[in-house]
Amino acid sequence: MNLYEYQAKELFRKYGITVPKGKHVKNEGELAWDSYPVVIKAQVLTGGRGKAGGIKFANNARELAENGKQVMSMSIKGLKVRSILLEEKLDISKEYYVSITLDRSKRMPIIMATTSGGVEIEDVPNEKIVKYWIDPTLGYSSFVGRDISFRLNLPAEESKQFQDILSRMYRLYEEYDCELVEINPLVVTKQGSIIAGDAKVVVDSDSLFRHKDLPENSAERTELEEIAFTKGYSLVELDGNIGVIANGAGLTMATLDGLTQKGGKPRNFLDLGGSDDVEKVVGAFEILKVAKPKGILINIFGGVTHCDTVANGIVEAKKRVGVDVPMVVRLSGVNEDIGRKILKENQIDSYADMMDAIEDIVKVVNSR
Amino acid sequence: MSIYVDEETRILVQGITGHQGSFNTTQMLKFGSKVVAGTSPGKGGTSIDGVKVFNTVEEAMGEDPNATFISVAAPYVLDAAKEAIYNGIGLIYILTEKVPYQDTMRIVSLAKKMGKIVVGPNGPGITSPFSCKLGIMPNQIFKRGNVGVISRSGTLTYEIVNQITTSGLGESTVVGLGGDPVTGLNYIDVLEEFKKDDQTEAVAMVGEIGGTAEEEAAEYIKNNFNKPVVSYITGRSAPPGKRMGHAGAIISRGKGTAESKVSALENAGVKVAAFPYEIPSLLKKVLQ
Repeated sequence: MNLYEYQAKELFRKYGITVPKGKHVKNEGELAWDSYPVVIKAQVLTGGRGKAGGIKFANNARELAENGKQVMSMSIKGLKVRSILLEEKLDISKEYYVSITLDRSKRMPIIMATTSGGVEIEDVPNEKIVKYWIDPTLGYSSFVGRDISFRLNLPAEESKQFQDILSRMYRLYEEYDCELVEINPLVVTKQGSIIAGDAKVVVDSDSLFRHKDLPENSAERTELEEIAFTKGYSLVELDGNIGVIANGAGLTMATLDGLTQKGGKPRNFLDLGGSDDVEKVVGAFEILKVAKPKGILINIFGGVTHCDTVANGIVEAKKRVGVDVPMVVRLSGVNEDIGRKILKENQIDSYADMMDAIEDIVKVVNSR
Repeated sequence: MSIYVDEETRILVQGITGHQGSFNTTQMLKFGSKVVAGTSPGKGGTSIDGVKVFNTVEEAMGEDPNATFISVAAPYVLDAAKEAIYNGIGLIYILTEKVPYQDTMRIVSLAKKMGKIVVGPNGPGITSPFSCKLGIMPNQIFKRGNVGVISRSGTLTYEIVNQITTSGLGESTVVGLGGDPVTGLNYIDVLEEFKKDDQTEAVAMVGEIGGTAEEEAAEYIKNNFNKPVVSYITGRSAPPGKRMGHAGAIISRGKGTAESKVSALENAGVKVAAFPYEIPSLLKKVLQ
């Protein structure tokens, strides 16, 4: 789960990482500041807001009212700006970069730091980035910060501050189960202090059960995804017209790939997961009802999810939810014979082979 | 011969009285696996399908387990795995999904230092027809044979194993790595075992978007692997930045695309199927 900058900076404050003086503003009435100039920053969960005009400045109350209003009414990459962060303008002398994230290949946290900050880390030449991997069993220790400071060639007065910030960032990374803690730019002011200019924090969604203090940011989900999420389904909205219900993430992805390769356009990714519950199937149809596809493909390989359960779910859904578009069913695996018989008794044909089902639904939908 | 599990594998089920724990205990027994004990704190002294239930792993060690099947809820997985490691169990399979990745990272790091093997989390486990099943794969899709299978997913693995079986071929060992960004075993670990395994004559490698594990496996295959490999990669049509069901199946900052994996594998001489059903015919070709 991505946090907004203002939320990330609240966490930074809690961990004693210096951030600029700031104020989170949710409506125009709250647009006030005491010592200008002030920076106006759109709060959106996407990168590149600067280039999109989501960061503006104001030298007085009139400019703040004008520019503040403007930023608040913006949309950036399709996301509506719902609030802004007002911050003191820093006297920037240098811009550094530091982050902690997971290195999937090494299965370890990696710290990356460079004195060439202020730009996307992907644009910084590799030889200018100091990389340091942390052994998860040993954890972080002060020598790590010392080592990185030396490798960055930081002057003594900066080194101490940098090490302090890094150790606090690491504590935040561990204690809040973060996928990413990033400061870019890490600002060295003309007065010589080091301050987190920006703050990016991504928390592992699977860890939210132990971080009840964090608000759920639903802005990352579309309306349809939000409905599915609240009902406990794993759904990704796509822009096609064939509704998909399958079981298992891999098989569901393979179903979408097959549809696409055969000229069809999937409307969604919907994984029934490792359930064996008639109601779970009915609920999936209720979600697809909202998605309004032109056809529905059910692709089940029975394991934990039994084919007869799915068949009963389809029959129930037809009665209770109603299926008013063409539907193609594929059942294979555990209890497929019983499942197929249940469907047959209810005048629903089904395939045993996944590709046959895919080709059928693509043909039916594309000819409508 | 099989890899990781065999007739000598004696399974402990941690969380045996839960829905998944009890159901899969029965299924593993039906397959022919030796399930020798279970744990469920507070329910010691009872039994599930004839398997004795203990309060702690230490007590259960009296039944001499050498592998564990962990199916406790996500918040308790780290503790359960540590309990198994503390008691010296060498093979730790974790079924549970939605385990915080930092917990998994700690388990994997600790296990490695202690010389233990972790499989999963969020995967279907390991099956070797018909010497042992440690996991949740459906019993009826297997046939003993010479194809080794490695995959990051569950259901898609069953789909492909089923096709291998119905085509007349069979499997040596099937290993599900798990769908999370951090897992215990990875492709290279398993390929190293298949390399040493006489029964395995070809490998089917099922991959998906996210991370660079398939690319690293391709590099390994190119330089170190002497048996034919065929592959199928899913997620070709997935939009970037979206998690496709598995926590690890996400294209982030342009990394982890299906194209990158397919081209890395093809560069390593691996035949990559466009559709899952092509796997058996590709296998037959390379086995000739």
